[in-house]
Amino acid sequence: MTLLLAMVKAFLVGGAICLIGQILIDRTALTPGKVLVLFVVCGVVLGALGLYEPLVRFAGEGATVPITGFGWALAKGTREAVDEQGWRGILQGPLASASVGVMAAVLSALLVSAVARPKEK
Amino acid sequence: MAISKEDYAALARRYAPPSPLWKDCAAAFLCGGTICALSQLALALLQQAGADEETGRLLVMIGLIAGTAVCTALGVFDKLAKHAGAGTAVPITGFANAVVSPALESKSEGFVLGTAAQMFSIAGPVIVFGCGSAAVWGLVYFLWKKAGG
Repeated sequence: MTLLLAMVKAFLVGGAICLIGQILIDRTALTPGKVLVLFVVCGVVLGALGLYEPLVRFAGEGATVPITGFGWALAKGTREAVDEQGWRGILQGPLASASVGVMAAVLSALLVSAVARPKEK
Repeated sequence: MAISKEDYAALARRYAPPSPLWKDCAAAFLCGGTICALSQLALALLQQAGADEETGRLLVMIGLIAGTAVCTALGVFDKLAKHAGAGTAVPITGFANAVVSPALESKSEGFVLGTAAQMFSIAGPVIVFGCGSAAVWGLVYFLWKKAGG
């Protein structure tokens, strides 16, 4: 029952974040790529201000799976890096926090490109 | 026949009515929500199998990225994305597709300057601005700590 509730919360919050993105794509000149950039930066800013953490606690994956959650993870990781390493963390934190996601995407892109052919459009 | 940019824009607006906003929004909400709800389920299963929350989250993210890569290669992702719009673009699946799709499409231009270079055509800006703003935050936080905040 708690799992079902957690899934409903994730559905509602994750869906709402995508809904905002859709309105931006339809009603402004922003392309999906630019919306991704905007949402990552929003995630970083909200994470830095401590406003995203409560959303993650409430909605779980509904807040972490959208790209805003990626930004939140960058802000959180950078803060932890500064706590541990001082000024070095400013340079080490951001990329280190992004590394798992970026490497997973890079490796799967390499694998797929090596094996598959581009689809006819 | 000469046609000014303004006339053309007016014509284009007349002949290509905007896709109904509510329909796009409903699709984005449902699809994005479903991806997040299923991720929540996957996280719960991983935690039951003994993973801690942070590891579980990373595994779910890796799974979503790898799954997107396979769906992109099979051509399934594009079909879904056409209907879902931001529903697949805003979750991490959109980031993964933005890496995999141009990588695959540019294969004919070579593996080094095609695949490897194009991989970052959209992911590059995302990483630059994401990490850039995180570094600014890191600097602010560092100075704030120094100041005894």
